[in-house]
Amino acid sequence: MTDIATMPQPVSFGRRIKRFMADRPLIPLIILLIILVVILQILRPGIVNERWLANTAKFAIPLAILAGCQTMTMLTGGIDLSVGTVATMSAFIMATQIVNQDPAVAFLLAMLPAVLIGLVNGIGVGVFRVHPLIMTLGTSLIGTGFLQVYQRTVIASGAKIPDFLNWLGTGVTYGFPNALLLFVPVAVLIVFMLNRTGFGRLLYAVGDNERAARLSGVRYWQVIVALYVLSSLLAGITGLLYIGLIKAPSLSLAEPLVLPSVAAAVIGGTSIFGGRGGYTGTIIGALILTVLTTLLTILQMPEGGRRILFGFIVLFVTAAYLRIVEDR
Amino acid sequence: MSRFLRNQGWVAGLFALLIFLFVVTKLIQPAYGSGDFGSLARAVLPYAFAVAAQTVVVIAGGIDLSVAAMMALTSVTAASMMNGASEEYALFVVPFVLAMGFVLGALNGVLIVVTRVPDIVVTLATLFVLQGAALLVLGAPGGAAAEWLKASVIGTMPLPGLPDWADAWVPKALVLLVVCLCIIWIPLRRSRLGLSIYAIGSNELAAFRSGVPVARTRIIAYALSGLFAAMGGLSLTISTGIGAPIPGPYLLASVAAVVLGGVALGGGKGGLLGPIIAVFVLRLVRTDLTLLAIDPNVTAIIEGLIMVAVVMFGAFITMRSRPAGATS
Repeated sequence: MTDIATMPQPVSFGRRIKRFMADRPLIPLIILLIILVVILQILRPGIVNERWLANTAKFAIPLAILAGCQTMTMLTGGIDLSVGTVATMSAFIMATQIVNQDPAVAFLLAMLPAVLIGLVNGIGVGVFRVHPLIMTLGTSLIGTGFLQVYQRTVIASGAKIPDFLNWLGTGVTYGFPNALLLFVPVAVLIVFMLNRTGFGRLLYAVGDNERAARLSGVRYWQVIVALYVLSSLLAGITGLLYIGLIKAPSLSLAEPLVLPSVAAAVIGGTSIFGGRGGYTGTIIGALILTVLTTLLTILQMPEGGRRILFGFIVLFVTAAYLRIVEDR
Repeated sequence: MSRFLRNQGWVAGLFALLIFLFVVTKLIQPAYGSGDFGSLARAVLPYAFAVAAQTVVVIAGGIDLSVAAMMALTSVTAASMMNGASEEYALFVVPFVLAMGFVLGALNGVLIVVTRVPDIVVTLATLFVLQGAALLVLGAPGGAAAEWLKASVIGTMPLPGLPDWADAWVPKALVLLVVCLCIIWIPLRRSRLGLSIYAIGSNELAAFRSGVPVARTRIIAYALSGLFAAMGGLSLTISTGIGAPIPGPYLLASVAAVVLGGVALGGGKGGLLGPIIAVFVLRLVRTDLTLLAIDPNVTAIIEGLIMVAVVMFGAFITMRSRPAGATS
């Protein structure tokens, strides 16, 4: 104690690192990403090439968009676990309706459940104040039920993947995956919205201190309903992209992406308690998880082990961020 | 005193609803008899344990999202241990699996206390970890259960002093449920520990200042939740004869039944009887829908809608009883 009192600036190394991480969360994330890529290159020399980069980007993009849904909902202190079901529903409806319908009609039909589920989520969370986790879990259960009923009605007509989605999901032009055509505008839009628009400010405000936001005249429920509808719409669009990538419509198409999408947002520095974070970190988080998945596949880690690891990542990163925030 | 009356009034109303549903069932299907009641009791068994697991934690002011995953893990563990083993070996398996549930539940509590991350995030992370562990234990549904265990939930319990027609209405599954719950719940409710659990759920700070060991009580509440979940997992293995690594719909069902059973989601209120009756109500609604020859998938949708509506209602009640703008 006396040492600290006599020395003018007794800032310890650990403390400085903490402060650095809190101020610039992107830099350690990028370093982690590079370390993972280097490990991959060491394990399998020559794997990191142009084709691998394009492939990684292709698989990271759907994850990054879904993680965008999580980022936005987490900023308000929520979470959206229905994104997997919503993405699966729109993908499945698109693939089955395109057989007999005009593409535009099929697209609208595919987006309909997304909007509905988003609306119900928003009303449940915003008006009735159900915990977002429970609410979105419930709607995803109902959505899956509807999908199973729907599947019976289209079992005869079959399914096909529209050429356009195929091109968008898997195509590569000049070494760049075509999915970037969708992702770049979406990412720019989300970043712009969060940083430069009133709606983005409201999300941060609601998540940071709901009571203060309310007392300053924010219509809480309107913000929340708009947010969850937007999140669902994004999830629906991701579903269309993902079906072009996976090419096999099934009733559990996008379910495996739900947990990684939460993990990506958490790794990217978005606080699960709301009010702090951003989309740029989430994108890097999605890239880290995609590279990590490749790494685990090469190491032949089974699916169960992967889930355990992701669960621990969410827990430890949340705990670590909590410590950083408490210290400031 | 008035609160006591109100809570008992809620349970009594719920019981009346249950009787009413039985009458409706009898009207829909005049042949509904003791055999059907036995299968209802068997179907209720895993749900009831899941709800008991959730109830303990909710009373302590928390929530346990890992209930369903815990059941899946304990179920596959039991099934794979009993696979090909002798009948006597099961005598060892049952306490082992129960102890495992207790320890893993306690681990949930320890993580919450140590990391200070909110319970909803911690149990979300452990949900994924336990799910992954279940997949590692058993990649696909399989395993076996000892014959004497399977026999313990089938048929009726002959009670001395009761005529045969009354015996027919006492299925073994119901007896098993009541015995298992009473052995733990009644001593708990009467002990200092039980009082502490209610105290930390009702007002943590006040409980702490009155000398309640908050951290220890919370850990024990989660450990008991794990124990109940392990019972649920065992009952799953016993009634199906196999273990399935994919968690069933027990999480949402448990939350819905807890709310319907008159346990406030904020904590500190309610008992175990209400949620258990609520489970019977929810299952009986399902039976009625099946008896009305409604497509099972549509039944799943209706069930999901009921559960979401119940949870919304519960959140609405909780919101009304709190000052505006305050959130948990």
